[in-house]
Amino acid sequence: MSAQTAYNYTVVRQFSIMTIVWGVVGMLVGVIIAAQLLWPELNFGPWLSYGRLRPLHTNAVIFAFGGSALFASSYYVVQRTCHVRLFSDGLAAVTFWGWQAVIVLAAITLPLGITSGKEYAELEWPIDILIAVVWVSYAIVFFGTVFKRKTPHLYVANWFFGAFILTVAILHIVNSAALPVSFWKSYSAYAGVQDAMVQWWYGHNAVGFFLTAGFLGMMYYFIPKQAGRPVYSYRLSVVHFWALIFTYMWAGPHHLHYTALPDWAQSLGMLFSLVLLAPSWGGMINGIMTLSGAWHKLRTDPILKFLVVSLSFYGMSTFEGPMMSIKTVNALSHYTDWTIGHVHSGALGWVGLVSMGTMYYLIPRLFGRVEMWSVRLITLHFWVATVGIVLYIAAMWIAGVMQGLMWRAVSADGTLTYSFVESVKATYPFYAIRLLGGLLYFVGMLIMAWNVFKTAAVGKAADAPIPMPAIAHAAANASAN
Amino acid sequence: MDILYLLIPLSVVLVLMVGVVFWYALRSGQLEDLEGPGLAIIVDDDKPPPGR
Repeated sequence: MSAQTAYNYTVVRQFSIMTIVWGVVGMLVGVIIAAQLLWPELNFGPWLSYGRLRPLHTNAVIFAFGGSALFASSYYVVQRTCHVRLFSDGLAAVTFWGWQAVIVLAAITLPLGITSGKEYAELEWPIDILIAVVWVSYAIVFFGTVFKRKTPHLYVANWFFGAFILTVAILHIVNSAALPVSFWKSYSAYAGVQDAMVQWWYGHNAVGFFLTAGFLGMMYYFIPKQAGRPVYSYRLSVVHFWALIFTYMWAGPHHLHYTALPDWAQSLGMLFSLVLLAPSWGGMINGIMTLSGAWHKLRTDPILKFLVVSLSFYGMSTFEGPMMSIKTVNALSHYTDWTIGHVHSGALGWVGLVSMGTMYYLIPRLFGRVEMWSVRLITLHFWVATVGIVLYIAAMWIAGVMQGLMWRAVSADGTLTYSFVESVKATYPFYAIRLLGGLLYFVGMLIMAWNVFKTAAVGKAADAPIPMPAIAHAAANASAN
Repeated sequence: MDILYLLIPLSVVLVLMVGVVFWYALRSGQLEDLEGPGLAIIVDDDKPPPGR
């Protein structure tokens, strides 16, 4: 097929395969650091110590696994809904190889202890510049494709992807502003509480736009497609989009409750976080209700199971998040493992499952197959992963509330009832349950990797033609001009 | 809290930009049909040819 009559599936395929590879790597590192909390003897040398592997884990799962899934799905969706090939094949290849280079550099520099020390933005300035270059290329490819579309309407999923791409660019550039002192060392352009405010303005908006808006774009395309029915309310999806975009920006200060941040800024952050419950649940309800009248499909279709259960976790964590942002609740939950439980309910439950469901949808199509090599293995993966998540988050919830209560307990004579180490000791069994949950989730990812490998092996890399009516229409336009 | 002199104007500029895009979407007819676009993606057949 010539370049202009077919969609560019090559870059989608590359990012899809790397989604699986980085999923395995990132989750393996997660299992290792969970084991290190249980058995501290597993901290081998400075390079493989918990403190250096932990940012490697977060970067690998969020930016390598989640990022590759977002690149793959956004490139697929924007082409299929706009009925045009990507704006530039060359620039799309730049985004693929550039993004992989960023990830490999992260995997080298973080264990070496090269870090800016800003959570979820640990990479040093040369890598930050590379990220900015890749991201600008991504924006050009995506919006270039949007602007040359052959369909008058721009499907709602693209609005979510577009908002995600633009906002992440701004967040990354503002938060990563730094003064380099050597090739691998820089100091933030901001100091003290100012730096903390920028950091969590970035950090929470990254949750909002990278881990929410981007994956909602995925949800709005792949749930209707897999269910074979249009989204429950297209009107609600549009309202949901604009409500989320207009209200998201100021939730960040809830990460800094009871710190040196001015009290009013903390309260503002809490207020905005509570407001966010409405647009978040708008999307969750809209996605789940897409199945209304077709609930029976959930019994037989494991891909739909992934997608719909991911929305249940999305609903849970977007309820839990605003609750935890309330200052009195936060006084109990902050700095405890409850936060870790909350993050993983969102990361394993929402981001992980929706990405896996999307990949199970995409990979057969990218390799010219009707379905995955083994549908039963998808079902197995679903149950192993779901049981893993439940074990993980339940253990962290219990551990977190217990820690919060132990830390604040005061005896009649006014002294603290428990020393810190007693709370660590009490947490120990829950670390074992967490490790088991994480291990199950990782095993699920291995099952997926095997299934994807077999699908790719029996299949053949295939591109899809752009629908003929659109081409005929375009040709008619061209000759008329 | 000098940082707020950066972050608050930045948010205001962003919200204004979002407002402009919303206004443009409204005026250019993006929000005229809120039924058809949902169906259009279902009609688009992205299954590979059967037999493999």
